[in-house]
Amino acid sequence: MAVLTFREALGQAMAEEMERDPNVFLMGEEVGLYNGAYKVSKGLLDRFGPRRVWDSPISELGFAGLGVGAAMTGTRPIIEFMTWNFGIQALDQIVNHAAKMLYMSGGQFNVPIVFRGPNGAAHMLAAQHSQAYEPMLTNIPGLKVVTCSTPYDGKGLLKAAIRDNNPVLFLESEMMYGMKGEVPDEEYIIPLGVGDIKREGTDVTLIAWNKILHKTMEAAEALAKEGISAEVLDPRTLQPLDEDLIFASVRKTHRLVIVEEAWSFGSVGSQIADRVQKECFDELDAPIGRVTNEFVPMPYNEAQEERTVPSVERIVAAVKEALYL
Amino acid sequence: MTAKKKTPLERDLLVKMYKDMALFRRFEERVGLAYTKQKFSGFCHLHIGQEALAVGVQSALRDTDYMLSGYRSHTQAIGKGISPEAVMAELFGKVDGCCRGKGGSMHMFSKEHRFLGGHGIVGGQTPIAAGVGFSIRYRNEDDICVCYMGDAATNQGQFFEAMNMAATWDLPVLFIIENNKYGMGTDIRRTTSVDALWKRALAFDMAHSDVDGMNVVTVHEHVKAIVDQMRKDHKPYLLEALTYRYRGHSVSDPGTYRTKEEVEDYQKNRDPIMQLERFMSEQKLATEAEFKAWDNEAKERVKAAEEFADNSPNPPVEELWDHVLVP
Repeated sequence: MAVLTFREALGQAMAEEMERDPNVFLMGEEVGLYNGAYKVSKGLLDRFGPRRVWDSPISELGFAGLGVGAAMTGTRPIIEFMTWNFGIQALDQIVNHAAKMLYMSGGQFNVPIVFRGPNGAAHMLAAQHSQAYEPMLTNIPGLKVVTCSTPYDGKGLLKAAIRDNNPVLFLESEMMYGMKGEVPDEEYIIPLGVGDIKREGTDVTLIAWNKILHKTMEAAEALAKEGISAEVLDPRTLQPLDEDLIFASVRKTHRLVIVEEAWSFGSVGSQIADRVQKECFDELDAPIGRVTNEFVPMPYNEAQEERTVPSVERIVAAVKEALYL
Repeated sequence: MTAKKKTPLERDLLVKMYKDMALFRRFEERVGLAYTKQKFSGFCHLHIGQEALAVGVQSALRDTDYMLSGYRSHTQAIGKGISPEAVMAELFGKVDGCCRGKGGSMHMFSKEHRFLGGHGIVGGQTPIAAGVGFSIRYRNEDDICVCYMGDAATNQGQFFEAMNMAATWDLPVLFIIENNKYGMGTDIRRTTSVDALWKRALAFDMAHSDVDGMNVVTVHEHVKAIVDQMRKDHKPYLLEALTYRYRGHSVSDPGTYRTKEEVEDYQKNRDPIMQLERFMSEQKLATEAEFKAWDNEAKERVKAAEEFADNSPNPPVEELWDHVLVP
């Protein structure tokens, strides 16, 4: 099995799908000649040529909309946003058009498109480059929202997203592009809507995704040293959510802490908490804990940024609270 | 305004144009009436007065060409081939509507007829049209994509982004501005820095022109020439069509921001149906009795469409969960 960086795994996913289906093309800022702002698309222009790898103007709303029209008429675009912070410029096309086309047309026009790019805070990028959008994006019917936390997951999920006949929003992270992990040499697909247990445990369920999953794993390690067995669950797809996997884990551990690198108000975590209290009320031995970003725009200062996002310490503390320790 | 010179157009085509304009006029009148009778609700934007454009453009296209529009698109949808029955049933929210009652007045679609909406966000259709042009180019085809928009759409950022990409990448999109002078209730001159909207094309080095959108023969000949050129050079084009809507922005708008004289001037002197009638009479291509018969035909057709829509059942309520995602 090969060890690849996240960016290589994602690049491989795109290359394999472009190889497999001549209707798949990539468009975005710097994806071609520059080889990608974060080098995810490195080598694709050389391999597939300018007809299938398009450098766009800095014009998110425009090229997102172009993708929608192209997807309605037989092609399968991958639209890269340099970051989802710029992707919100394209919200009209994503929310009002891509998400609604199938519905408004009574099932006639589906939009097989992937919008992808990094999401959430990186390092000292301040307020306009550090936002986690999954709460906003999962709120729209007609869209699938996918995150990934390992190179293995990233490749398998992105391939599934490209083959999906619906609009899929694919959330990555700048901080993870250099992360290495094992990726099988043979082809594989990870179906959308299926979560994954990243660590088995018996005392408490921790739910996390994207890069905050790794801090959550660190917290689980720290807890293990204190004799607390935490199960760590990565939903991977946030819309639709693998509720069965979540309920099964809560029924096993009877305690739940949700960790997310996003604002807490009306978030994926609050939705999970609502569903679990409804479906697993009798199974819960403690109130559901949540660890989220502080409700402030991201500060630039390093120490302030660190305090804003969930830390290993805050996750450990939330688990102890759920265990009445 | 009437075309004076002898037309090279065949009588058959002129007759078809007349019949279509009569159908569109009668259809929209009937729709307005059905709305006031509360047969349906929501927004309803009528196209009355702008028939020459829908017909003149459509007659210059071929079936495989694509079309997108804004929220004033009932007649363009019919022109593109969707039956008046399916459009009326869609307005009534019925199961036999072209979108099974999920789209309504602002969202007409037909994959079969390559009619891609019907969009309720001003200017939102413009980059989507660029994407259709992209698909055409991607496959090296010679179809074109017509993208209608109102005058107010030309002040949206999306319009500029779409124009830039279409011009930079040679995407075969014919952007047509239906300049009826008012963005809802606001005179375009109060919101727009240029006195002629075709000038927007200058910023993108895009081919452009304007046309009298009240004269169907003029529109047809002008657009035919554009389309023929586009099939050869595959480049985009911006056409400003000067036109006028007789009714308010929507059925619920009395349109009091315009003078009575202005509206009457168009209706009495520049009406597209009247102009074609005058022209065909002068050329001795049709008689008064024929015009009357064609108009009656249109009325009957529209009556049948309304009956069809009346009799079409509501979609099952359970269908509300269908078409959110492709399974």
